[in-house]
Amino acid sequence: MGNSHGHTVAVGHEHELHHAHAHDDHHEESFVSKYIFSMDHKTISRQFLITAVIMAVVAMMMSIIFRMQLAWPGEKFAFINMMLGDKWGKDGILDPNMYLALVTIHGTIMVFFVLTGGLSGTFSNLLIPYQIGARDMASGFLNMLSYWFFFLSSCIMIGSLFIEDGPASGGWTIYPPLSALPEAIPGSKLGMTLWLISMSLFIVSSLLGGLNYIVTIINLRTKGMKMTRMPLTIWAFLITAILGVLSFPVLLSCALLLIFDRSMGTSFYLSDIYIGGRPLDQVGGSPILFEHLFWFLGHPEVYIVLLPALGITSEIIATNSRKPIFGYRAMIGSMLAIGFLSFIVWGHHMYMTGMNPFLGSVFVFTTLLIAIPSAVKAFNYITTLWKGNIQYTPAMLFSVGLVSSFVTGGVTGIILADSTLDITVHDTYFVVAHFHIVMGLSAIFGMFAGVYHWFPKMFRRMMNKKLGYLHFWITFIGAYGVFFPMHFLGMSGVPRRYYTNSNFPLFDNLGDINELVTVFAIIAALGQIVFLINFFYSMFKGQTAPQNPWNSNTLEWTTPAAQHIHGNWPGALPEVHRWPYDYSKPGAERDFIPQTVPLGPDEHDGGGH
Amino acid sequence: MGHAVAEFDQKKAWDGGQSPFRMSYGKLMMWFFLVSDALTFSGLLCAYGFVRHKYSDAWPAAEDVFTHFPGTHAHLPLFYVGLMTFILIMSSVTMVLAVEAGHRNNKRGVIIWMLLTIIGGFMFVGSQAWEWYNFIVGTPEGALRQVWDIDAGKYVTQVFHGANMTVNEYGPAQFANFFFFITGFHGFHVFSGVMINCVIFINVLAGTYERRGHYEMIEKVGLYWHFVDLVWVFVFTFFYLL
Repeated sequence: MGNSHGHTVAVGHEHELHHAHAHDDHHEESFVSKYIFSMDHKTISRQFLITAVIMAVVAMMMSIIFRMQLAWPGEKFAFINMMLGDKWGKDGILDPNMYLALVTIHGTIMVFFVLTGGLSGTFSNLLIPYQIGARDMASGFLNMLSYWFFFLSSCIMIGSLFIEDGPASGGWTIYPPLSALPEAIPGSKLGMTLWLISMSLFIVSSLLGGLNYIVTIINLRTKGMKMTRMPLTIWAFLITAILGVLSFPVLLSCALLLIFDRSMGTSFYLSDIYIGGRPLDQVGGSPILFEHLFWFLGHPEVYIVLLPALGITSEIIATNSRKPIFGYRAMIGSMLAIGFLSFIVWGHHMYMTGMNPFLGSVFVFTTLLIAIPSAVKAFNYITTLWKGNIQYTPAMLFSVGLVSSFVTGGVTGIILADSTLDITVHDTYFVVAHFHIVMGLSAIFGMFAGVYHWFPKMFRRMMNKKLGYLHFWITFIGAYGVFFPMHFLGMSGVPRRYYTNSNFPLFDNLGDINELVTVFAIIAALGQIVFLINFFYSMFKGQTAPQNPWNSNTLEWTTPAAQHIHGNWPGALPEVHRWPYDYSKPGAERDFIPQTVPLGPDEHDGGGH
Repeated sequence: MGHAVAEFDQKKAWDGGQSPFRMSYGKLMMWFFLVSDALTFSGLLCAYGFVRHKYSDAWPAAEDVFTHFPGTHAHLPLFYVGLMTFILIMSSVTMVLAVEAGHRNNKRGVIIWMLLTIIGGFMFVGSQAWEWYNFIVGTPEGALRQVWDIDAGKYVTQVFHGANMTVNEYGPAQFANFFFFITGFHGFHVFSGVMINCVIFINVLAGTYERRGHYEMIEKVGLYWHFVDLVWVFVFTFFYLL
């Protein structure tokens, strides 16, 4: 670390400022550079959000179709025929191969495209430069590439729905040998190849985004923005990005080996397989190897999905309780602990693979450890709400909804973490219920909360509050209505991923539960129309937003909302003097003190004790 | 521009308004990219370890497989791969010297050392091609392997030479699978590194960095190059030595 380093830093910063000023001077950007190939973090964030909304609608429609099949197997629905055509929905009955494909693509889109790309992409891009006081991301160009790789990968994933053999259908975890052998099912032909191509592009997108988020947070915090003055959103995005940078490359090596098994004749994952009476040449590989590599990504991925939602919730709950977040440092610590632990628990997805029971018990131990930081977070949310002056905005409702689903889903997680109890509920609807509540619902509630809260910042207009309430209650009740009864299906032993359960007399008395689940699913899906109307209508016709609609402390509200400024602040960058959670501080004039207000003579900074 | 150094206070490094590592975003990003890439290789090497452990009895010893040396038929186990490794490590040394010349804004020095680095990179990639060639062709003796006979509709035992993706004369199919995949994936990294070095070399010749006033780009590609060398050290250890 000699002279040269300081030297280059100085150059780098100056370049940054020039860059920003250059854009202030001339506003004649073309439509293409402003809205399409934009390098502005605000535009990229909106691109991510709108792409994710479209992907979410597609994935949600899929879930309705396969839920209809599960509730009323063999029943003829004009709706299914309309959506899937005569090939996959002949006479309105869902084709079994298409059922598997829908389950697979629903999972893939929701996990990766909505809750990873959509959630992190939207809010990391929007909030990192805004909340740390930077003009833009460290590299606007790589940020743009990150979105366009995401877009391309979304297009390929959607495109795979329209090919002759149908899309990938081996489940979102694409376990070989099913996914490795094109002869196995139609969904392992071209559809699987496209799935792998799409996911490889997604990994590139995620890597480019993640590197940018990390470096921006490290290098471009404005003056005074210590690490312990960063809003918890930024901490969450930072840890999420680190998890992504560490775990996605392992998925890449996992997928590359699978690609070789599929098309080059290698046998990394294949062994002892007969097709058409002939043994395959590929022997000696191990499908368990795939599971290890896959879940080494797969488990951190759960937290990649969840942490941004938790960060968003921390921010919204503190703001709308008009109270400082309880246990700021404990929140950071627990997120770091969750991030670390997420790398040493992957084996709990593999208890039933014939794993050594001793090894299984090690994974039980590490998995149960995650309950500690998770509980710290849950209690900190509750104690922040405790005796707060709660403002029930739609964003706040969704945040509280997240706390609820995080606790409900977490409790069943303890059961699944136990390798002994897992024997009975393994691969049943109990698992489906667990991860949908703890990861799916929590993350999507966090995402909705974020959209309602930062919509004024994104589109300079307010969303309709009453429609927001309606949306929340339909979603909340609908979602619990879907996933709560699923626990009972699971405990009765109903396996997941089956096309129909009506062939098993054992499950005859559970038909009603399946119908109930599907009815709630349809209600919840219809409820999203309320959101879509509110979202797109408010984007153009909503009430104009004030600069700081929620009386919030963080930096993004210190810049005028009325102008769309490239470089984020019209003049100099704001300087930060305090942590972001000075709400209802005794002796203060108002119940919030923005981070830019200098500390008074006898005042102590909240974050850095 | 030296003032940034003078003002830097280690206690306030993380207080915002500056880079805590006194590093440009590009270089920092390269570091994190390398961490990420390292995990890709770790994934592959762990997979290799997993499979090798499974076949610990049947796994061939590298010194019985890699015994060729160009221009001679003598039995020289691991000599050639040792030479390759030496060439690659030397190219790392020349890269260090290129970076050092860049710090002194010595364009001529950068040109010479970058050129040597590029030559070293090409030599390594070429050597790897030769290594693959010998691996694929195999020994004149070969080994007995079961091969599927399409006409007979059953497996027949015959002498097999060399290696392909499904069968090889040295040991389990996975031996060749991982050899091709991991050294290939590493070779692809080296090849990309050489290409990037070429682009940077052309920029140096064109005076791009001279006009910019610093040779930081050399440092960035240098990081990548050292990383690729480091990965080779691991690949070499796990494949050839252990």
